[in-house]
Amino acid sequence: MPNEEPLLKVRGLTRIFGSGCSKCTICTGPMAGTNICSQCRSIVACADVSFDLYAGEILGVVGESGSGKSTLVQCLYFDIPATAGEACFKPYKDGKVNMLACSAQEKRYIRHHLMGMVYQNPHLGLKLDFTAGGNIAEKLLTAGIYHVGQIRRRAAELLLRTEVPLERMDHLPRFFSGGMQQRVQIAKALANNPPLVFLDEVTTGLDVSVQARVLDLIKKLQRELGLTMIVISHDLGVIRLLTNRTLVMKTGRVVETGLTDQILEDPQHPYTQLLVSSML
Amino acid sequence: MGYVPIKGGKAAIEAAEELVRYFRLRGGSAPLEVKQIQDQMRLAVDRVMGEGSLYAPFHAALALKQAEGDTIEASFLLRAYRSTLPRIGYSLVADTREMAVIRRISAAFKDIPGGQILGPTRDYSLRLLDFQLAEESLTHIREFMGKFIPGAIRGEKGGMGDVLPSFPKVVDMLRAEGLLETPNKTEEAEEIIDITRQPLTFPAPRAARMQVMARGETGGLMALAYSSMRGYGNIHPTLGELRVGYVPLRVHHRTRPDEVVTVGRVLVTEAEVIARMDAGEDGIPRFTLGYGLCFGHNEIKAISMAVLDRTMRTGSKEAPAEDEEFVLYHIDGIEASGFTAHWKLPHYVTFQSVLDRLRRAQLVGRNEEGSQ
Amino acid sequence: MREKKVQSGYNFAFLDEQSKKEIRRRMLKAVAIPGYQVPFASRELPIARGWGTGGLQLTMSLIGPEDILKVIDQGSDDVVNAVNIRKLLVLTTGVRTTEDTREATLIQTRHRIPEEPLEDWQILVFQVPYPEPLRRVEPSEVKTREMHAEADYSRLWVYLYEDIVRWGEITIGAQYPVMVNGRYVMDPSPIPRWDVPRLNMAETLYLFGAGREKRIYAVPPHTRVEPLQFTDYPFRVEDFRCKQCALCGSVDTYLDEIIDDTTGARRYICSDTAYCAKRRRLKEEAGENA
Repeated sequence: MPNEEPLLKVRGLTRIFGSGCSKCTICTGPMAGTNICSQCRSIVACADVSFDLYAGEILGVVGESGSGKSTLVQCLYFDIPATAGEACFKPYKDGKVNMLACSAQEKRYIRHHLMGMVYQNPHLGLKLDFTAGGNIAEKLLTAGIYHVGQIRRRAAELLLRTEVPLERMDHLPRFFSGGMQQRVQIAKALANNPPLVFLDEVTTGLDVSVQARVLDLIKKLQRELGLTMIVISHDLGVIRLLTNRTLVMKTGRVVETGLTDQILEDPQHPYTQLLVSSML
Repeated sequence: MGYVPIKGGKAAIEAAEELVRYFRLRGGSAPLEVKQIQDQMRLAVDRVMGEGSLYAPFHAALALKQAEGDTIEASFLLRAYRSTLPRIGYSLVADTREMAVIRRISAAFKDIPGGQILGPTRDYSLRLLDFQLAEESLTHIREFMGKFIPGAIRGEKGGMGDVLPSFPKVVDMLRAEGLLETPNKTEEAEEIIDITRQPLTFPAPRAARMQVMARGETGGLMALAYSSMRGYGNIHPTLGELRVGYVPLRVHHRTRPDEVVTVGRVLVTEAEVIARMDAGEDGIPRFTLGYGLCFGHNEIKAISMAVLDRTMRTGSKEAPAEDEEFVLYHIDGIEASGFTAHWKLPHYVTFQSVLDRLRRAQLVGRNEEGSQ
Repeated sequence: MREKKVQSGYNFAFLDEQSKKEIRRRMLKAVAIPGYQVPFASRELPIARGWGTGGLQLTMSLIGPEDILKVIDQGSDDVVNAVNIRKLLVLTTGVRTTEDTREATLIQTRHRIPEEPLEDWQILVFQVPYPEPLRRVEPSEVKTREMHAEADYSRLWVYLYEDIVRWGEITIGAQYPVMVNGRYVMDPSPIPRWDVPRLNMAETLYLFGAGREKRIYAVPPHTRVEPLQFTDYPFRVEDFRCKQCALCGSVDTYLDEIIDDTTGARRYICSDTAYCAKRRRLKEEAGENA
């Protein structure tokens, strides 16, 4: 696996909220114990994040709230612009361009054709006033499928895969349970067979039994479809269950990276050690 | 051809116009003099000048007569008239510190330098129908004036003498103490666009927002400002100062550009609302300010405008009053009333088209039912 | 010549020359980017917002003393609003007017395209209440402009998809959204679907003016205009099969449904009243000659 070219290559990704100054990255981070710049009061949400992601791999990003893990995926999915850094994505122009610097229209294309996203809050990923089928249709229509029959066949297939009863296809997700909303969101994210899927705290806030079923579903889909995913979670249990490799983040920086098993068994950074020891 | 609709349009319009005239006059009372409206319907005239965005008391009064007291219709008449007038030039920025004040109050302080001046207000009058007004005659008026004028000349009737006073501003005092946000430098540097000559786009410069509101319909502004005051995005306003008075307008002399000439004065109402504190760029919290100013004496409008000026700068768009697009697109009385009225126009071609869709959908529905 | 004053005190065609020039500049931009909504500083006119002020400003900016003008509303020259608009234009220009589509150089319309084919020396000006085709799915102007910029029309498509799921058909009657030149989705104004195919690859310049919403847009001649449709749910015009005009007998024109005063029965007559009258005249003449 490591011999081939990575699917996604991220270098020096940084996002600062506020005016920013030359001292921002020096004044923040795990050593400083804060992500607020003492000079200009800007928030350094994440800084200098670099990693490679290979096809078929599942990368976990773990850290407490405020560690910058969600900002990282939001930048990669273009929900918010990155302040600095590069990201080359193999499916787009063979990874020869920095997609973070692309035009809004190009970013839209990448987002809708080459990526899928499942948010913690279904409100962000779904239009609750469109039907479940309509939500999936939105992705397919963006990809230029203008045939109602085809759209409905594909939507049915996806809902079947994500274990949503077919009779719910023409109902509004507004009235679905949290677990069901997440399944629809996953179906939507997978609609165009994207080479890369982001999962941002997808089980947070769900009942424990529902959590387990959604996680099982994701594992099953990964097995069947060979998905490449980036999984964001504060929960090491989720990370352990789903991922091969893990980045540990704290106050906007990556403090440790390695195979998930290794990180769990032999954490190096004191913060990771704290996380692991408090996991029991 | 009894079933051909809305034929003979021209004759029908002319007949309708005649009927309007008849309905105005059929009571048989003496014709209203424009001067009477201008004098005695003072607040309606002011409202029409503001919403019609033309400072012309006589024309506003005439419009009110023509519109039979409908202020929106009268404002529309005034605006349409305005658009035919040549644009000779723009005045210099008027400074309301120079205002010759007839009324001035602050809710923020018990007393203010120069004192509170109640002026002509019915704020504290009991709202009892005054049946004596039904019998008001010229004799009554002469009697009242005979008593009132000498007192006013002696200066007993606060702020009604020959020379109207001007006063320092309450917000200047707060600003001097560093309690109030400083004017936004980028806003001040912006070129002031004329919204009647340049299209409004978003985000709109503050000057454009102010212009739209100054021409806005009083009721529309009030409804949106009230929604904020009640809780949809409350900015916790305190009325720093409300003043009504005459402001001189100046222009550069046409042939001697160095010279500044006063060309007249306009009656305006100005409201400054002190709102929720916010941290400035230096991180120090200060009160924020909302500003409202409109033609004539119209306190509800000036206060509503000041509140909305502030709500639109909140940055969030969660409440309607915070969303500049929502506010600016919906407060213009001429636009809103025109479109509301346009539903009276024939729509039978479009209705025929939706009828076709409905019949088709019913057919599909019945077929589905039948097949089940 | 254009400075000629007709109604004392007003400029030729009401608007001042500076305003007309600015509006013509905006029209040129609109023609250069088919289907794109160009903002303009809409002037106040002596008729109400929502009553054709957009179309009027375009007509006023285009019209010259030599023009022959036709004004219609719902297809008819004689509907009160058309009469009113024609009155204002004649009062301030003194131009000749006509009811004959084939004779008019400049036609202002609300809700219809005349039945008779238009040619390249003619201009059709539409009055537009809602210039934004995305308003059905997004109320904010800032957002819809962004969606146009990125050619992001998926939400409108989903709206159509859901319509089919819910009703078995797309329920949009008039004002059917179209794709112009493969780039911008455009609101063709509330014309019936019947008229939509005639926007495509036409000979005539179509100009659209929204006065209250302050937008101008255009479909230049020979431009592709396609209604949004699904492969398996094609766009369909209004169904007038088995119906014909009670006056001229036409079976190939857009019809108005009329309820008879006395019998309450449904009857149909041509919406384009001038064309209907012309047909009857021709029929009579043919009858006399026979």
